Amino acid sequence: MTAAAATLEKRAPATDREVIIRVRDLTNRFGAKTVHEDLELDVFKGEVLGVIGGSGTGKSVLLRSIVGLHHPQKSDIEIFGQHIGQLSREERVKVEQRLGVMFQDGALFSTLSVRENVMAPMREHVHLPLTLMKDLADMKIRLAGLEMEAANKRPGDLSGGMRKRAALARALALDPDILFLDEPTAGLDPISAARFDTLIRDLSHALGLTVFLVTHDLDTLVATCDRVAVLNDGKVLAIGPLNEVRENPHPWIQEYFSGPRGRAAVR
Amino acid sequence: MAHSSTSFQLETRADGKRILAVAGDWTIWTVATVDEDLRKADIAPDTVLDVSALDKLDTSGAFVIDRAMGGFDRGEDPVHVTGEHPAAGRLLEQVRRASTEPPAEPIHHPGFIALLDRAGHGAIDAWRELLGTLSFIGETMATMARLVANPKRVRWTSIVSVMEDAGLDALPIVCFLSFFIGLVIAFIGANLLAMFNASVFTVELVGIGMLREFGAVLTGIILAGRTDSAFTAQIGAMKMRQEIDAMRVIGLDPMEAIVAPRLIALLVMTPLLTFAAMLSGIAGGLAAAWAAMDISPKMFIERFQDVVPPQHFWVGIVKAPVFAIVIALVGCRQGMLVEGDVVSLGRRTTSAVVQSIFLVITLDALFAIVYYQMNV
Repeated sequence: MTAAAATLEKRAPATDREVIIRVRDLTNRFGAKTVHEDLELDVFKGEVLGVIGGSGTGKSVLLRSIVGLHHPQKSDIEIFGQHIGQLSREERVKVEQRLGVMFQDGALFSTLSVRENVMAPMREHVHLPLTLMKDLADMKIRLAGLEMEAANKRPGDLSGGMRKRAALARALALDPDILFLDEPTAGLDPISAARFDTLIRDLSHALGLTVFLVTHDLDTLVATCDRVAVLNDGKVLAIGPLNEVRENPHPWIQEYFSGPRGRAAVR
Repeated sequence: MAHSSTSFQLETRADGKRILAVAGDWTIWTVATVDEDLRKADIAPDTVLDVSALDKLDTSGAFVIDRAMGGFDRGEDPVHVTGEHPAAGRLLEQVRRASTEPPAEPIHHPGFIALLDRAGHGAIDAWRELLGTLSFIGETMATMARLVANPKRVRWTSIVSVMEDAGLDALPIVCFLSFFIGLVIAFIGANLLAMFNASVFTVELVGIGMLREFGAVLTGIILAGRTDSAFTAQIGAMKMRQEIDAMRVIGLDPMEAIVAPRLIALLVMTPLLTFAAMLSGIAGGLAAAWAAMDISPKMFIERFQDVVPPQHFWVGIVKAPVFAIVIALVGCRQGMLVEGDVVSLGRRTTSAVVQSIFLVITLDALFAIVYYQMNV
């Protein structure tokens, strides 16, 4: 057992931890193709949960279903103990304000500067004096690991790694309780990806964030996640600390972790 | 969200220790109420922060507290905290690391210099635009010449596809609009000419008007609005998704694969559409004459053949290929100028439509002047 795996084990959740997202009976179909079938998933408060699975197993659809961008055929999703489906519009907005989402390609508003991007959710939801809003936005930009020079730039003028950080800064704008990350390190070089992993780890610890992370990146799993959920055949095939999930005999999991990339990452 | 009331109190204890006691929620939702007062309060650097009455704290709250207590100017020196709070220490440390010197204000030039500056930039931009347009026209001509010399390289599939999109699919709207313009001209003419007992001249009015002017101009304007926006948006989106770059790398010439087929397709389709527009305009005039003036279709057509010489048709149809070239070149060039962001796509599409409508009408006026001088 390696040092990284050992620390993960120490952080393994106690059984009575507070559940912050509870997904039950989630069913998603696209035409004849069933993506999720009565899927169940619990996310604990304060943990970093990594969701993995082959292409087309519905990782992104799961994320979109939870944050309300996709309406499943059938679902019972609770966030902060509230049933999302039964909330009024106002109550829903209040829940959504406590969620931060970082999309795969950043989805920054290309007409706005990075600072204005971070200020956008604040302008919409919070009454703050403009100067304070700017100062807070600058703080979030630095928190996400960007230098101040980037604040006045348009997203089009940034490199891929900087765009991801800017997107993270915007996701953090309202100090969310839960952060959703869709493939945060996809398309980054290994050094930037490793830095981004550390950043996510540090932020989630320092800010007490719950992180829901969809990824293909084994290194990210090892470096950041407390628990790992494997999606397969429309269900959560296995969930738990990385070293437990690795022991699962299911062929996909074995292939995933014992392929050359898997071995290199968890060594 | 119910907030316990956000407040702070600055006090000096008997032992000389200065304490800043914060209470309630200090989050992004509440800090606006206290930030100004807190910044006005005179807080000495050795003040101790008492967090025992603090409820919720997030990075925004921590930032406001840290800044009031010195923030960035304190450097490595952390805020001294007393009392129990699960997150205060971590958050204060985190925001200190993320705080920064207030950014320098951008330099503003006084009005007059700024005006000169902008005028200079504008002049340079206009000059570059002119050069760019000329070089684009040159490049297109060179490409067309190459294609004539080597017809195997002509992409018939995309030509036919553009012919369908920009030509055949535009046929209904072109015919519909021309029909109604013909109808309107006939009605106006009927009323005016009736005053001179010369209603029958409506035929000349509609015939010459549609053949010489409206057939070609209407088609040009419709194509400029309908087709140019499509050209610019398509090519612009290809540019944004790096498809144009991919073509170049593979060795496909974008001028040959994108611009030339559109130009050729419009060169073929615009005269045909213009012809259709002329026919429907005359049909509209015929319908109006029949309905309002008892000029029967037979009489209308007979008089048409007598009084409208075919030279008017040629005068009109000659403009069509010229408009086609202008429309295709403007649409493709604006598409190629799209940069990475959404704003430039919108701006380029707008200027494609505006420029080509402007050019169509200006060229039409030029034709009118030339024809007048030539007495045709």
